[in-house]
Amino acid sequence: MRPAAARTQLTFVRTQLKNNTADRLESRSALPWPIQLAVPVASLITFGIHLLFSKKWPPLETRSYVLLFWEILGVSIVLSIAQSFWAGLRQWMRHMWPIFTAAILLLGLWDVITSGMHLLPLPYFPGPATVLRSLISDRALLLDSTWHSLVLLLSGYTLGVIVGLVSGVCIGWSTSVRYWGMPLLKVVGPIPATAWIPLAMVVSPSAIVSAAGLIALAVWFPVTMLTASGVSNTRASYLDVARTLGAGRAYLIFRIAIPAAVPNIFIGLFMGLGASFLTLVVAESVGVKSGLGWYVSWAQGWAEYGKVYAALIIMAAFFSTVMTLLFKLRDRVLVWQKGMIKW
Amino acid sequence: MVMTNVAAGSALRVDEVRKSFAVPDAPGTRRLVLDGISFSMAAGELVSLVGPSGCGKSTLLRLIAGLDLPDAGDLLVGEEEILGPSAERGLVFQDPNLFPWLTVRRNIEAGLVARGVLHEKRHEVDEFTRLVGLGAFGSAYPHHLSGGMSQRVALARALINHPKVLLLDEPLGALDAFTRMRMQDEVLRLWENRRTTMLLVTHDIDEAIYMSDRILVMTRAPGRIDRTIDIKLLRPRDRTSDSFLRLRSQILEHLHFAGKAADV
Repeated sequence: MRPAAARTQLTFVRTQLKNNTADRLESRSALPWPIQLAVPVASLITFGIHLLFSKKWPPLETRSYVLLFWEILGVSIVLSIAQSFWAGLRQWMRHMWPIFTAAILLLGLWDVITSGMHLLPLPYFPGPATVLRSLISDRALLLDSTWHSLVLLLSGYTLGVIVGLVSGVCIGWSTSVRYWGMPLLKVVGPIPATAWIPLAMVVSPSAIVSAAGLIALAVWFPVTMLTASGVSNTRASYLDVARTLGAGRAYLIFRIAIPAAVPNIFIGLFMGLGASFLTLVVAESVGVKSGLGWYVSWAQGWAEYGKVYAALIIMAAFFSTVMTLLFKLRDRVLVWQKGMIKW
Repeated sequence: MVMTNVAAGSALRVDEVRKSFAVPDAPGTRRLVLDGISFSMAAGELVSLVGPSGCGKSTLLRLIAGLDLPDAGDLLVGEEEILGPSAERGLVFQDPNLFPWLTVRRNIEAGLVARGVLHEKRHEVDEFTRLVGLGAFGSAYPHHLSGGMSQRVALARALINHPKVLLLDEPLGALDAFTRMRMQDEVLRLWENRRTTMLLVTHDIDEAIYMSDRILVMTRAPGRIDRTIDIKLLRPRDRTSDSFLRLRSQILEHLHFAGKAADV
């Protein structure tokens, strides 16, 4: 190498090194002040808004909301101190703090619109303090409703998935089952499960059983459809290779076609999960006398809209947790696809 | 490591085999792909099949593998007629076709699992993983492997069943020139080690001369075996020797002619 070229090379390497060190220092150093302060400042702003507008409210009514702010403030200060000793926490805060800040500010905006300026009619749009109060005062019933919803959801979903997998594999693998099964699937499948409610009420002895059946039906269609297409689209060369390795039919179905269909099956599982949430809530508000869907329509009947929103918050947390668990399961099962999944 | 000097392969006989396919665009008509193919291979022989693309080489291999059945003619391994696929006839494609949901190790043991003999033969999995030089990659997934490594796994997966005939459909076709030459030696080493009968389909004349005992030259549309060339050179062969180059130009000339004739 010529000296000049060598020098350029060296400078390049040195710059690289310097950049690397800079990166490393960046990630090791304390969280920047703006990020550290964002959550406490946001909660102070929202709290200020609340104090400004709530003078006319009796203090008892919003005590829990005020308490919530003291808690947020306290926790955020403790975490700001803790993060200088704990890199993992710092990483997490760097990622999550902007979101939390926005959420707290949105709470303030909500307060301004409802209890502040009365832009939306009461009692349909209560302020955040009222909702929080309902959430806390009615927690026993809410917890009980969540539990009932969970049991109903899981039993219906599991049943739908099992039946859907079996029928999907049969339709996908066997041409004669496909011939007879596919038209049925195409005609019956697209009917929303909730449209069967009148029939389900007549046929089934108990509302819970018919609700579980409807959820299962809602899940069954997408799972069957996607499983069948995954199985029937198994690469022919995988099957050829397996045959020359001495594979029989059971091996071809269970060790080749089904694993090859798993990415598709998961799409079906996600679609089915969405459909099952919908069916669950509708079935609960129509026939079943328990669960979050029932709670919402019951609270609405008493015009207690604070409770309606409290139940919606619980529902959001509950459904997104279930969804997250399914994502985790997918990441674990599809580890062989790592780097190929984009959703 | 398994070291057998006895021929583990079987003789193969292909007799007047014809095969045609329905033409999708014109219902009722059929296109003749193989028109009376006949040849035989001794146990443990390594034979190459070369010819212009579309001459039915892959079709012939699929017939021998038992994945398709011929319209007419006989296919025999030893004394047995080929009626369907079997673990006795391994097949390796140009695309390694590794099962992406299985690790390297699980891919290699797939044949043992499929035949239900994993329990007795588990020790061979390590043996074959090492035989193709992938001892350190047992728990890797196929998408982490390079083309050459994937093809080694595919070879190990086919060999673990101790096939009497190994069919190779352009197995090195997708590899770069250097990897390809290294893999040619690798395949030769496996062949010398196992003495299985090997039928190699290739586009690459050099590869055919370098590796095989005999070359079958096919013509196109419909496919026929046009010529058989015995390669008497001693192994390891020198790709730059006069006799090598002479054979090369001889085959090229022939193929060029055959290609032209078919195009007219």
